Amino acid sequence: MADPNPSDSRILRIWDSFKSRIPEIWSSISVPVVAVIISLLIGAIILLISGSNPLRAYGALLEGALGDAGGIRRTLEKATPLIFSGLAVAFAFKAGLFNIGAQGQLIFGALVASIVGFGISGIPAIIHVPLALIAGATAGALYGAIPGALRTFTGAHEVITTIMLNYIALNITDYLANGPLKDPTPGNIVARTPKIFDSAVIPDLPFIEWLPLGFVVACLMASITWWLLWRTTLGYEIRTVGQNPNAARYAGMRVAQTVILTMVISGLLAGLGGAVETQGIVYRFQPGFNVNLGFDGITIALLGKTSPFGVIPAALLVGAMRAGASQMQFRADVATEIIDVIQAIILFLVAADMIIRWIIRQRAAAGDGISLSSGWGSNS
Amino acid sequence: MSEFALEVKNITKRFPGGVIANKDVNFALRKGEIHALLGENGAGKSTLMNVIYGLYAPEEGEIWVDGQKTEIDNPNDAIRKGIGMVHQHFMLVPVFTVAENIMLGAEELQGGRLDISSARKKIRELSRSYNLEVDPRAIVEDLPVGMQQRVEIVKALYRDAKILVLDEPTAVLTPQEADDLFIVMRELTERGVSIIFITHKLREVLAVADTITVMRRGEVVGTTSPEGKSESDLAAMMVGREVLLRVEKEEAHPAQTVLEVKDLTVHDERGLTAVKNISFDLKAGEILGIAGVQGNGQTELAEVLTGIRAPESGTIIIDGQKVPAGNPRYLFEHGMAHVPEDRHKHGLVLPYDLVENVALNTYYKPPFRKGLVRDEEAMLEATTDIIEAFDVRTSGPFSQASNLSGGNQQKVIVGRELSRPIQFLVVNQPTRGLDVGSIEFIHRRIIEERDKGVAVLLISAELDEILGLADRILVMFHGELVAEMPVAKANKEKLGLLMAGSEA
Repeated sequence: MADPNPSDSRILRIWDSFKSRIPEIWSSISVPVVAVIISLLIGAIILLISGSNPLRAYGALLEGALGDAGGIRRTLEKATPLIFSGLAVAFAFKAGLFNIGAQGQLIFGALVASIVGFGISGIPAIIHVPLALIAGATAGALYGAIPGALRTFTGAHEVITTIMLNYIALNITDYLANGPLKDPTPGNIVARTPKIFDSAVIPDLPFIEWLPLGFVVACLMASITWWLLWRTTLGYEIRTVGQNPNAARYAGMRVAQTVILTMVISGLLAGLGGAVETQGIVYRFQPGFNVNLGFDGITIALLGKTSPFGVIPAALLVGAMRAGASQMQFRADVATEIIDVIQAIILFLVAADMIIRWIIRQRAAAGDGISLSSGWGSNS
Repeated sequence: MSEFALEVKNITKRFPGGVIANKDVNFALRKGEIHALLGENGAGKSTLMNVIYGLYAPEEGEIWVDGQKTEIDNPNDAIRKGIGMVHQHFMLVPVFTVAENIMLGAEELQGGRLDISSARKKIRELSRSYNLEVDPRAIVEDLPVGMQQRVEIVKALYRDAKILVLDEPTAVLTPQEADDLFIVMRELTERGVSIIFITHKLREVLAVADTITVMRRGEVVGTTSPEGKSESDLAAMMVGREVLLRVEKEEAHPAQTVLEVKDLTVHDERGLTAVKNISFDLKAGEILGIAGVQGNGQTELAEVLTGIRAPESGTIIIDGQKVPAGNPRYLFEHGMAHVPEDRHKHGLVLPYDLVENVALNTYYKPPFRKGLVRDEEAMLEATTDIIEAFDVRTSGPFSQASNLSGGNQQKVIVGRELSRPIQFLVVNQPTRGLDVGSIEFIHRRIIEERDKGVAVLLISAELDEILGLADRILVMFHGELVAEMPVAKANKEKLGLLMAGSEA
């Protein structure tokens, strides 16, 4: 192709690069889109069998989620922690790691943010809010470092260790919320920490009532994550370790450090999600309020094709279903559990595809066609 | 009875995406002949064999076995019709005995139990009648490669194969083992077996084939007998133009010592000693060739010298300074370049595009880095330069590395490694599986580097490559250096014997 002037050729190159990625882009969104449609259809069949009108139910769901400013705000609030935990899982995935531990990292983040929120007083919101957020993110990062280090130094698979660390996190936070950190308000019998000070509460944006600030922070983090992965040398190292650890070693990358660092960043994202939930929604740490937010991150990451920007629409979809569920129950008399069923079917359809592709890639990488012991993210 | 064991008529095979792998291919295998199928990588040889073996269904064309038109839908079908395949990578269970491997999938049963003794008996009879000695009780992993290949052949004969397809059978053999194989092939044809011999090695074709069919870009370009043909005639048919088979090079002018290796011992993954206490040095402006049959420690040696693996003991000195163990980046910083043995495992990240692959080991510094971020303009520019200078055939810098042919992938790696200032180059099996045209190109670039004063360590299992490129030769056997000689004193027979472990 002739290049008459440099600016032309630059545009052409960008267009070329885009054109060459069209099939790739389509192949990455086709599966989630089809999965969502099929899941909604199966959900409709279940509704029909149980004697409800699926159109009425879905209509109520949609209205509850997006019908007015309040609905939209609810949807965005539900989507916010899902974006964080989805980002955490997706980010680790890029290094070939399957972080099942976003749940544990998230509740530690939520707890530590609440401790800073109720434990420190008399500082202005402009300091208190970010301080508590940073504390929560740090807690998540440190908790994420543990499975990373175990993976690197002992070879323990992160799927196993993060599952176990989830239980540890759950029980430690339960104990603290029911013991040393229990809300001392007279008459309180609930396991929960004291309410955080107003100065630690994430404020609302002026004039735009339907847009929670936490959601903005989540989208910002998605952009930063994308930038980190695709623009920086660190992101290149992380992706290379995930795609071909042997080539990473050949190239002189420090695979072990990269694995730990990836888990730290993944944990940081989850921990920040917990902190935003504490400071934006719950205003304290209360066991049971954050249940499944981390686990849902796996759904979100898979549905978003482990892409930072794919995570946002995925979280919005699930968030909208959650936000509209009560309206659906109220108006169409349908149990909210149907949402869980639909979500589970989505996950099943998307994950089956991912798992199959992953296995193909593992086999190709192993070269001998047999890799009996390697699971997700195995990269040795 | 037909005079042909197998005929392929007007076969056309298209792949999704419009690639025509076989175009109107005609091929006839006479009974009792060795018919070589010669062609570069990607010429369509494997596709044709997969059609014959029932793995691919062709869009057009017919297959005739013994004068009768037939349909072959799957490998079992092919086996039933007397077609046996010996793959390049053996399909054997290493921990099973020879007899167990041979009967696998065609088990002899007696009242629901395996009847291994009658299988052994049948194997012994086959061995005797075809003069193919194998011990049915031996464990396969204890056998040398040449013997494992023989097991594969017996496996096909056990299933009454009358037509044997040998896919690149000499790739894993020493020259002597290859000669043994040719004798076996002759014996088989005398007993009525017809053989299709797939290869890209010209010398072997002339040595053993009765008929030669040459394929290029999915088409048969000609069928000929070896009489009166030279290697360069065949190469020209294969490539479609004149090819230089012998690399032209000047006398080497070795200068100062760049690399010193002292008492190096290396373990493999299983903790077994792969390299035993070896010492050598390498000077600027020379090519040191390390000859050896695969699996004699060359892989581990190359990995240690390039920092991928840490040695057990011993020292590596570059420029008079001791090299830290297992640190590729230190070596890259000190002018090392590495064309690895396995381009898919180490050399490339296949899902990446060429731009990201070109930055693979220098991504962390300028010009590819600008602060925290990568300089994608600079990466793209470097990639475009390499595509041009190294004649990489691709749809563009943003095409995925996995979409390139093996030869073009290798050119990307060689291009990446040679486009920065270097003083020490490790090339391990640089032309394995490549076509004649790419081999010629890569050999020329290696010589150019030598002439620029780079110290080159060439590891290769191809004796032609070692003899053609190296100035000085070391022979490795069972992890030890068993001989050293200047290239002028070396020849194929001598090296072949040393590689097989005999004192020459």
